[in-house]
Amino acid sequence: MTPVKEKLKVDPIKSGTVIDHITAGKALVIADVLNLNPPENLMMIGVNLHSRKMGAKDILKIENRRLTEDEMNSIALISPTATIIAIKDFVVVEKRHPAIPDTISDKLICPNPNCVTNVEQIPTRFEVVDRDPVSVRCHYCEKKYAIQDVQFKF
Amino acid sequence: MQNLVSMRQVNKDEILRLIDLAAQIEQGKIKPDLSGKLGALLFFEPSTRTLFSFDTAIKRMGGNSIVMAGAGSTSVKKGESLADTLMTINQYADFIVMRHKVEGAARLATEVVDIPVINAGDGTNQHPTQAMLDLYSIFKTQGTLQNLTIAMIGDLRLGRTVHSLAQALSEFNPTFYFASPGHLQMPRYIKDELRAKNVRFEEVEDIKPIIPKLDVMYVTRIQKERFAVLEDYEKVKDAYIITPDVLTRVKDNFVLMHPLPRVNEITTDVDKERYAYYFQQARNGVFMRQAIISQLLQLV
Ligand SMILES: [Zn+2]
Repeated sequence: MTPVKEKLKVDPIKSGTVIDHITAGKALVIADVLNLNPPENLMMIGVNLHSRKMGAKDILKIENRRLTEDEMNSIALISPTATIIAIKDFVVVEKRHPAIPDTISDKLICPNPNCVTNVEQIPTRFEVVDRDPVSVRCHYCEKKYAIQDVQFKF
Repeated sequence: MQNLVSMRQVNKDEILRLIDLAAQIEQGKIKPDLSGKLGALLFFEPSTRTLFSFDTAIKRMGGNSIVMAGAGSTSVKKGESLADTLMTINQYADFIVMRHKVEGAARLATEVVDIPVINAGDGTNQHPTQAMLDLYSIFKTQGTLQNLTIAMIGDLRLGRTVHSLAQALSEFNPTFYFASPGHLQMPRYIKDELRAKNVRFEEVEDIKPIIPKLDVMYVTRIQKERFAVLEDYEKVKDAYIITPDVLTRVKDNFVLMHPLPRVNEITTDVDKERYAYYFQQARNGVFMRQAIISQLLQLV
Protein backbone atom coordinates (compact mmCIF):
# COMPACT_ATOMS: atom_id res chain seq x y z
CA MET A 1 0.00 0.00 0.00
CA THR A 2 1.36 3.44 -0.91
CA PRO A 3 1.33 6.50 1.34
CA VAL A 4 -0.92 8.26 -1.16
CA LYS A 5 -3.57 5.65 -0.71
CA GLU A 6 -3.40 6.02 3.05
CA LYS A 7 -3.88 9.75 2.74
CA LEU A 8 -7.06 9.10 0.84
CA LYS A 9 -8.34 7.05 3.71
CA VAL A 10 -7.66 9.63 6.40
CA ASP A 11 -7.70 13.28 5.35
CA PRO A 12 -5.13 15.73 6.70
CA ILE A 13 -6.30 18.26 9.28
CA LYS A 14 -5.65 22.00 9.35
CA SER A 15 -4.88 22.39 13.04
CA GLY A 16 -5.03 19.99 15.94
CA THR A 17 -3.48 16.67 16.88
CA VAL A 18 -2.62 13.53 14.96
CA ILE A 19 -1.98 10.37 16.93
CA ASP A 20 -0.12 7.97 14.67
CA HIS A 21 1.30 4.45 15.06
CA ILE A 22 -1.44 3.42 17.48
CA THR A 23 -1.51 -0.32 18.23
CA ALA A 24 -4.14 -1.71 15.84
CA GLY A 25 -7.57 -1.72 17.46
CA LYS A 26 -6.76 0.83 20.17
CA ALA A 27 -7.84 4.08 18.46
CA LEU A 28 -11.39 3.89 19.79
CA VAL A 29 -10.10 3.24 23.32
CA ILE A 30 -7.92 6.34 23.05
CA ALA A 31 -10.86 8.38 21.74
CA ASP A 32 -12.86 7.25 24.76
CA VAL A 33 -10.10 8.07 27.21
CA LEU A 34 -9.61 11.53 25.69
CA ASN A 35 -13.33 12.04 26.14
CA LEU A 36 -13.81 13.13 22.55
CA ASN A 37 -17.38 14.08 21.78
CA PRO A 38 -18.22 14.18 18.08
CA PRO A 39 -20.28 17.43 18.11
CA GLU A 40 -17.37 19.38 19.63
CA ASN A 41 -14.38 17.59 18.16
CA LEU A 42 -14.16 16.87 14.47
CA MET A 43 -12.34 13.58 14.52
CA MET A 44 -11.13 11.06 11.99
CA ILE A 45 -10.30 7.52 12.89
CA GLY A 46 -8.41 5.03 10.74
CA VAL A 47 -8.47 1.47 11.98
CA ASN A 48 -6.23 -1.39 10.82
CA LEU A 49 -4.31 0.67 8.29
CA HIS A 50 -1.28 -0.90 6.67
CA SER A 51 2.00 0.13 8.28
CA ARG A 52 5.44 -0.84 7.05
CA LYS A 53 6.81 -0.59 10.58
CA MET A 54 3.98 -2.22 12.50
CA GLY A 55 2.07 -4.36 10.02
CA ALA A 56 -1.23 -2.85 11.06
CA LYS A 57 -1.90 0.36 12.92
CA ASP A 58 -4.63 2.80 13.87
CA ILE A 59 -4.53 6.55 13.43
CA LEU A 60 -6.56 9.26 15.11
CA LYS A 61 -6.85 12.89 13.96
CA ILE A 62 -8.55 15.51 16.08
CA GLU A 63 -9.27 19.04 14.87
CA ASN A 64 -8.55 22.00 17.13
CA ARG A 65 -7.37 20.06 20.13
CA ARG A 66 -3.97 20.00 21.84
CA LEU A 67 -3.25 17.24 24.33
CA THR A 68 -2.12 17.75 27.89
CA GLU A 69 0.90 15.97 29.34
CA ASP A 70 -1.50 13.85 31.36
CA GLU A 71 -3.47 12.78 28.28
CA MET A 72 -0.26 11.82 26.49
CA ASN A 73 0.72 9.61 29.43
CA SER A 74 -2.62 7.82 29.19
CA ILE A 75 -2.08 7.23 25.49
CA ALA A 76 1.35 5.72 26.21
CA LEU A 77 -0.31 3.18 28.52
CA ILE A 78 -2.84 2.13 25.89
CA SER A 79 -0.38 2.15 23.00
CA PRO A 80 3.32 2.57 23.84
CA THR A 81 4.13 2.89 20.13
CA ALA A 82 1.98 5.99 19.57
CA THR A 83 3.43 9.16 18.07
CA ILE A 84 1.68 12.41 18.91
CA ILE A 85 1.94 15.14 16.30
CA ALA A 86 0.76 18.70 16.79
CA ILE A 87 -0.40 20.39 13.57
CA LYS A 88 -0.85 24.09 12.86
CA ASP A 89 -1.98 25.31 9.43
CA PHE A 90 -1.18 21.88 7.91
CA VAL A 91 2.38 22.04 9.28
CA VAL A 92 3.87 19.72 11.90
CA VAL A 93 4.89 21.90 14.86
CA GLU A 94 5.74 19.17 17.37
CA LYS A 95 6.28 15.40 17.39
CA ARG A 96 6.28 13.43 20.63
CA HIS A 97 6.69 9.84 21.77
CA PRO A 98 4.88 9.89 25.09
CA ALA A 99 6.53 8.06 27.99
CA ILE A 100 4.84 5.51 30.20
CA PRO A 101 4.55 7.17 33.62
CA ASP A 102 5.83 5.57 36.85
CA THR A 103 2.55 6.09 38.67
CA ILE A 104 -0.99 6.55 37.41
CA SER A 105 -3.28 8.66 39.57
CA ASP A 106 -7.03 8.23 39.38
CA LYS A 107 -7.15 7.18 35.74
CA LEU A 108 -7.70 3.42 36.08
CA ILE A 109 -10.34 1.32 37.81
CA CYS A 110 -8.95 -1.52 39.94
CA PRO A 111 -10.34 -4.82 38.56
CA ASN A 112 -10.36 -6.32 42.07
CA PRO A 113 -13.95 -5.97 43.37
CA ASN A 114 -12.68 -6.39 46.95
CA CYS A 115 -10.22 -3.50 46.61
CA VAL A 116 -10.79 -0.56 48.93
CA THR A 117 -10.92 1.78 45.90
CA ASN A 118 -14.08 -0.03 44.78
CA VAL A 119 -15.66 0.07 48.23
CA GLU A 120 -14.79 3.58 49.47
CA GLN A 121 -15.01 6.85 47.54
CA ILE A 122 -11.28 7.38 47.01
CA PRO A 123 -9.07 8.03 43.97
CA THR A 124 -7.19 5.04 42.54
CA ARG A 125 -3.42 4.84 42.22
CA PHE A 126 -1.29 2.36 40.31
CA GLU A 127 2.43 1.82 39.99
CA VAL A 128 3.82 0.66 36.65
CA VAL A 129 5.80 -2.54 37.36
CA ASP A 130 6.59 -3.75 33.82
CA ARG A 131 6.92 -1.67 30.69
CA ASP A 132 6.98 -4.18 27.85
CA PRO A 133 4.24 -5.38 27.98
CA VAL A 134 2.83 -2.88 30.47
CA SER A 135 1.57 -4.19 33.79
CA VAL A 136 0.50 -2.20 36.83
CA ARG A 137 0.11 -2.83 40.54
CA CYS A 138 -2.67 -1.31 42.62
CA HIS A 139 -1.20 0.88 45.37
CA TYR A 140 -3.97 -0.30 47.73
CA CYS A 141 -4.80 -3.99 47.19
CA GLU A 142 -1.31 -4.70 45.71
CA LYS A 143 -2.74 -6.90 42.94
CA LYS A 144 -0.86 -6.83 39.65
CA TYR A 145 -2.65 -6.60 36.29
CA ALA A 146 -1.77 -6.50 32.61
CA ILE A 147 -2.81 -3.07 31.33
CA GLN A 148 -5.30 -4.55 28.85
CA ASP A 149 -7.22 -6.09 31.77
CA VAL A 150 -7.68 -2.70 33.43
CA GLN A 151 -10.46 -0.28 32.51
CA PHE A 152 -9.91 3.45 32.26
CA LYS A 153 -12.12 5.94 34.11
CA PHE A 154 -14.02 8.11 31.65
CA MET B 1 9.41 2.56 59.68
CA GLN B 2 6.26 4.56 60.37
CA ASN B 3 3.59 1.96 59.61
CA LEU B 4 3.53 -1.77 58.96
CA VAL B 5 1.11 -2.42 56.14
CA SER B 6 2.83 -4.78 53.73
CA MET B 7 5.87 -7.08 53.73
CA ARG B 8 6.68 -5.52 50.36
CA GLN B 9 7.96 -2.51 52.29
CA VAL B 10 10.02 -4.38 54.86
CA ASN B 11 13.57 -4.98 53.70
CA LYS B 12 16.05 -7.62 54.82
CA ASP B 13 17.73 -5.35 57.38
CA GLU B 14 14.42 -4.34 58.93
CA ILE B 15 13.37 -8.00 59.19
CA LEU B 16 16.58 -8.88 61.01
CA ARG B 17 16.32 -5.82 63.26
CA LEU B 18 12.76 -6.73 64.31
CA ILE B 19 13.80 -10.35 64.95
CA ASP B 20 16.66 -9.15 67.14
CA LEU B 21 14.34 -6.80 69.02
CA ALA B 22 11.72 -9.55 69.57
CA ALA B 23 14.48 -11.85 70.91
CA GLN B 24 15.73 -9.19 73.33
CA ILE B 25 12.20 -8.53 74.54
CA GLU B 26 11.60 -12.27 75.01
CA GLN B 27 14.87 -12.64 76.95
CA GLY B 28 13.96 -9.66 79.15
CA LYS B 29 17.00 -7.66 78.00
CA ILE B 30 14.77 -4.88 76.71
CA LYS B 31 11.56 -3.85 78.47
CA PRO B 32 9.68 -1.38 76.28
CA ASP B 33 7.47 0.98 78.27
CA LEU B 34 4.07 1.52 76.69
CA SER B 35 2.48 3.00 79.80
CA GLY B 36 0.26 6.00 79.10
CA LYS B 37 -0.22 4.89 75.48
CA LEU B 38 -3.49 3.76 73.99
CA GLY B 39 -3.78 1.34 71.08
CA ALA B 40 -7.00 1.16 69.05
CA LEU B 41 -7.67 -2.41 67.97
CA LEU B 42 -10.04 -1.99 65.04
CA PHE B 43 -11.20 -5.43 63.98
CA PHE B 44 -13.76 -4.65 61.30
CA GLU B 45 -13.50 -8.34 60.52
CA PRO B 46 -13.46 -10.55 63.61
CA SER B 47 -10.34 -12.54 64.50
CA THR B 48 -10.21 -13.33 68.20
CA ARG B 49 -6.81 -15.00 67.94
CA THR B 50 -5.00 -12.06 66.35
CA LEU B 51 -6.88 -9.58 68.54
CA PHE B 52 -5.82 -11.40 71.73
CA SER B 53 -2.23 -11.60 70.57
CA PHE B 54 -2.05 -7.83 69.99
CA ASP B 55 -3.91 -7.04 73.20
CA THR B 56 -1.53 -9.28 75.14
CA ALA B 57 1.46 -7.56 73.53
CA ILE B 58 0.10 -4.12 74.46
CA LYS B 59 -0.72 -5.06 78.05
CA ARG B 60 2.60 -6.88 78.61
CA MET B 61 4.25 -3.53 77.92
CA GLY B 62 1.96 -1.64 80.29
CA GLY B 63 -0.15 -0.05 77.56
CA ASN B 64 -3.88 0.25 77.21
CA SER B 65 -6.29 -0.63 74.44
CA ILE B 66 -9.69 0.22 73.09
CA VAL B 67 -11.26 -2.56 71.06
CA MET B 68 -13.71 -2.67 68.23
CA ALA B 69 -14.53 -6.26 67.33
CA GLY B 70 -16.78 -6.75 64.32
CA ALA B 71 -18.36 -3.88 62.43
CA GLY B 72 -21.85 -4.60 63.76
CA SER B 73 -21.83 -2.35 66.78
CA THR B 74 -20.37 0.75 65.18
CA SER B 75 -21.11 3.57 62.83
CA VAL B 76 -19.65 1.43 60.04
CA LYS B 77 -23.11 -0.11 59.81
CA LYS B 78 -24.67 3.31 59.49
CA GLY B 79 -22.76 3.96 56.28
CA GLU B 80 -19.98 6.14 57.68
CA SER B 81 -16.95 6.12 55.42
CA LEU B 82 -13.89 4.22 56.58
CA ALA B 83 -11.92 7.47 56.43
CA ASP B 84 -14.33 9.18 58.85
CA THR B 85 -14.21 6.27 61.29
CA LEU B 86 -10.40 6.36 61.23
CA MET B 87 -10.18 10.15 61.59
CA THR B 88 -12.31 9.91 64.72
CA ILE B 89 -10.13 7.17 66.20
CA ASN B 90 -7.12 9.31 65.33
CA GLN B 91 -8.36 11.83 67.94
CA TYR B 92 -8.33 9.19 70.70
CA ALA B 93 -5.50 6.71 70.25
CA ASP B 94 -1.71 6.64 69.88
CA PHE B 95 -1.68 3.88 67.28
CA ILE B 96 -4.05 1.72 65.29
CA VAL B 97 -4.06 -2.04 64.74
CA MET B 98 -6.51 -2.78 62.00
CA ARG B 99 -8.07 -5.84 60.42
CA HIS B 100 -10.50 -5.46 57.55
CA LYS B 101 -11.92 -7.80 54.92
CA VAL B 102 -11.37 -5.20 52.17
CA GLU B 103 -7.96 -5.27 50.49
CA GLY B 104 -6.01 -2.02 50.81
CA ALA B 105 -8.01 -0.79 53.82
CA ALA B 106 -4.88 -0.52 56.00
CA ARG B 107 -3.01 1.36 53.26
CA LEU B 108 -5.88 3.82 53.08
CA ALA B 109 -5.73 4.20 56.87
CA THR B 110 -2.09 5.33 56.70
CA GLU B 111 -3.12 8.10 54.32
CA VAL B 112 -5.94 9.31 56.56
CA VAL B 113 -4.44 9.28 60.06
CA ASP B 114 -1.17 10.65 61.46
CA ILE B 115 -0.58 7.92 64.05
CA PRO B 116 1.15 4.59 63.27
CA VAL B 117 -0.98 1.92 61.61
CA ILE B 118 -0.35 -1.82 61.85
CA ASN B 119 -2.12 -4.04 59.32
CA ALA B 120 -3.55 -7.09 61.10
CA GLY B 121 -4.87 -8.54 57.85
CA ASP B 122 -6.60 -6.97 54.83
CA GLY B 123 -8.66 -9.53 52.91
CA THR B 124 -6.49 -11.87 50.86
CA ASN B 125 -3.73 -9.26 50.61
CA GLN B 126 -1.31 -8.93 53.54
CA HIS B 127 -0.88 -10.00 57.15
CA PRO B 128 2.63 -8.72 57.86
CA THR B 129 2.73 -9.36 61.62
CA GLN B 130 1.95 -13.04 60.96
CA ALA B 131 4.78 -13.15 58.42
CA MET B 132 7.12 -11.50 60.94
CA LEU B 133 6.23 -13.91 63.76
CA ASP B 134 6.75 -16.82 61.36
CA LEU B 135 10.16 -15.44 60.43
CA TYR B 136 11.00 -15.01 64.11
CA SER B 137 9.95 -18.61 64.80
CA ILE B 138 12.08 -19.88 61.93
CA PHE B 139 15.04 -17.82 63.10
CA LYS B 140 14.68 -19.00 66.70
CA THR B 141 14.61 -22.67 65.76
CA GLN B 142 17.19 -22.60 62.98
CA GLY B 143 19.52 -19.88 64.23
CA THR B 144 19.37 -18.24 60.80
CA LEU B 145 17.03 -17.42 57.94
CA GLN B 146 19.74 -18.11 55.38
CA ASN B 147 19.86 -21.17 53.05
CA LEU B 148 16.91 -23.06 54.55
CA THR B 149 14.79 -25.77 52.93
CA ILE B 150 11.13 -25.11 53.57
CA ALA B 151 7.98 -26.95 52.53
CA MET B 152 4.63 -25.15 52.38
CA ILE B 153 1.62 -27.40 52.44
CA GLY B 154 -2.14 -26.87 52.17
CA ASP B 155 -4.05 -23.97 50.65
CA LEU B 156 -1.28 -22.01 48.93
CA ARG B 157 -3.60 -20.14 46.57
CA LEU B 158 -5.68 -18.10 49.00
CA GLY B 159 -3.43 -18.25 52.05
CA ARG B 160 -1.90 -14.77 52.27
CA THR B 161 0.34 -16.03 55.10
CA VAL B 162 2.32 -18.33 52.82
CA HIS B 163 2.53 -15.63 50.14
CA SER B 164 4.07 -13.05 52.47
CA LEU B 165 6.35 -15.67 54.00
CA ALA B 166 7.60 -16.90 50.62
CA GLN B 167 8.22 -13.32 49.50
CA ALA B 168 10.07 -12.40 52.69
CA LEU B 169 12.21 -15.56 52.71
CA SER B 170 13.14 -15.13 49.07
CA GLU B 171 15.75 -12.60 50.23
CA PHE B 172 17.56 -15.37 52.17
CA ASN B 173 18.42 -17.94 49.48
CA PRO B 174 15.82 -20.58 50.39
CA THR B 175 14.77 -23.82 48.70
CA PHE B 176 11.00 -24.21 48.63
CA TYR B 177 8.73 -27.20 48.11
CA PHE B 178 5.05 -26.46 47.55
CA ALA B 179 2.36 -29.12 47.98
CA SER B 180 -1.31 -28.28 47.59
CA PRO B 181 -4.41 -30.18 46.55
CA GLY B 182 -6.49 -29.51 43.44
CA HIS B 183 -6.69 -25.90 42.37
CA LEU B 184 -5.09 -24.50 45.53
CA GLN B 185 -1.58 -24.06 44.12
CA MET B 186 0.72 -21.12 44.77
CA PRO B 187 -0.50 -18.28 42.48
CA ARG B 188 1.42 -17.56 39.30
CA TYR B 189 2.41 -14.03 40.36
CA ILE B 190 4.21 -15.38 43.44
CA LYS B 191 6.00 -18.01 41.35
CA ASP B 192 6.95 -15.30 38.82
CA GLU B 193 8.41 -13.20 41.62
CA LEU B 194 10.39 -16.18 42.94
CA ARG B 195 11.73 -16.97 39.46
CA ALA B 196 12.73 -13.33 39.00
CA LYS B 197 14.80 -13.61 42.19
CA ASN B 198 16.30 -16.97 41.15
CA VAL B 199 14.71 -18.75 44.10
CA ARG B 200 14.71 -22.56 43.84
CA PHE B 201 11.25 -24.05 44.21
CA GLU B 202 9.46 -27.21 43.21
CA GLU B 203 5.77 -28.11 43.25
CA VAL B 204 5.35 -31.66 44.49
CA GLU B 205 2.38 -33.95 44.92
CA ASP B 206 3.93 -36.62 47.14
CA ILE B 207 5.58 -35.12 50.21
CA LYS B 208 7.20 -38.36 51.49
CA PRO B 209 10.44 -38.07 49.47
CA ILE B 210 11.12 -34.45 50.53
CA ILE B 211 10.64 -34.94 54.30
CA PRO B 212 14.31 -35.86 55.10
CA LYS B 213 15.54 -32.68 53.36
CA LEU B 214 13.39 -30.23 55.30
CA ASP B 215 14.38 -27.69 57.93
CA VAL B 216 10.85 -26.34 58.21
CA MET B 217 7.41 -27.59 57.22
CA TYR B 218 4.71 -24.92 57.19
CA VAL B 219 1.18 -26.32 57.05
CA THR B 220 -1.93 -24.20 56.44
CA ARG B 221 -5.58 -24.95 56.89
CA ILE B 222 -7.81 -25.50 53.91
CA GLN B 223 -10.59 -23.02 54.59
CA LYS B 224 -14.09 -24.34 54.14
CA GLU B 225 -15.52 -20.85 53.72
CA ARG B 226 -13.41 -20.31 50.58
CA PHE B 227 -15.34 -23.00 48.71
CA ALA B 228 -18.63 -22.26 46.97
CA VAL B 229 -19.48 -25.95 46.64
CA LEU B 230 -19.17 -28.14 49.73
CA GLU B 231 -18.28 -31.27 47.72
CA ASP B 232 -15.25 -29.47 46.32
CA TYR B 233 -14.06 -28.85 49.86
CA GLU B 234 -14.72 -32.46 50.90
CA LYS B 235 -12.64 -33.66 47.94
CA VAL B 236 -9.47 -31.81 48.96
CA LYS B 237 -9.72 -31.32 52.73
CA ASP B 238 -7.89 -34.53 53.62
CA ALA B 239 -5.26 -34.38 50.86
CA TYR B 240 -2.39 -33.75 53.30
CA ILE B 241 -2.87 -34.96 56.86
CA ILE B 242 0.31 -34.73 58.93
CA THR B 243 0.73 -37.56 61.44
CA PRO B 244 3.80 -38.77 63.37
CA ASP B 245 4.11 -41.55 60.76
CA VAL B 246 4.53 -39.04 57.96
CA LEU B 247 7.42 -37.41 59.85
CA THR B 248 9.56 -40.39 60.88
CA ARG B 249 12.64 -39.43 58.88
CA VAL B 250 13.14 -35.78 59.79
CA LYS B 251 16.35 -33.86 60.43
CA ASP B 252 17.34 -32.98 64.02
CA ASN B 253 16.63 -29.29 63.50
CA PHE B 254 13.29 -29.93 61.77
CA VAL B 255 10.24 -27.95 62.98
CA LEU B 256 6.59 -28.20 62.07
CA MET B 257 4.78 -24.86 61.92
CA HIS B 258 1.15 -23.86 61.47
CA PRO B 259 -0.44 -20.38 61.79
CA LEU B 260 -3.44 -21.86 63.69
CA PRO B 261 -6.31 -22.52 63.98
CA ARG B 262 -5.91 -26.06 62.68
CA VAL B 263 -8.76 -28.36 61.80
CA ASN B 264 -7.45 -31.85 61.09
CA GLU B 265 -4.44 -31.20 58.87
CA ILE B 266 -2.10 -31.96 61.80
CA THR B 267 -3.35 -34.75 64.05
CA THR B 268 -3.24 -34.08 67.81
CA ASP B 269 -0.82 -36.98 68.44
CA VAL B 270 1.82 -34.90 66.64
CA ASP B 271 1.62 -32.28 69.42
CA LYS B 272 3.88 -34.22 71.82
CA GLU B 273 6.67 -34.59 69.22
CA ARG B 274 9.67 -32.32 69.79
CA TYR B 275 9.33 -30.78 66.33
CA ALA B 276 5.71 -29.65 66.94
CA TYR B 277 6.19 -25.90 67.17
CA TYR B 278 2.81 -24.27 66.46
CA PHE B 279 1.90 -23.30 70.02
CA GLN B 280 5.33 -21.80 70.65
CA GLN B 281 4.87 -20.04 67.32
CA ALA B 282 1.72 -18.38 68.70
CA ARG B 283 3.69 -17.39 71.83
CA ASN B 284 6.43 -15.89 69.63
CA GLY B 285 3.70 -13.77 68.04
CA VAL B 286 3.31 -11.75 71.22
CA PHE B 287 7.06 -10.94 71.39
CA MET B 288 7.15 -10.02 67.72
CA ARG B 289 4.09 -7.78 68.07
CA GLN B 290 5.71 -6.11 71.08
CA ALA B 291 8.78 -5.51 68.93
CA ILE B 292 6.72 -4.05 66.08
CA ILE B 293 4.71 -1.73 68.33
CA SER B 294 7.90 -0.60 70.14
CA GLN B 295 9.62 0.12 66.84
CA LEU B 296 6.72 2.10 65.37
CA LEU B 297 6.18 4.13 68.55
CA GLN B 298 9.95 4.62 68.92
CA LEU B 299 9.97 3.19 72.43
CA VAL B 300 13.34 1.55 71.83
ZN1 LIG C 1 -6.82 -2.45 44.00
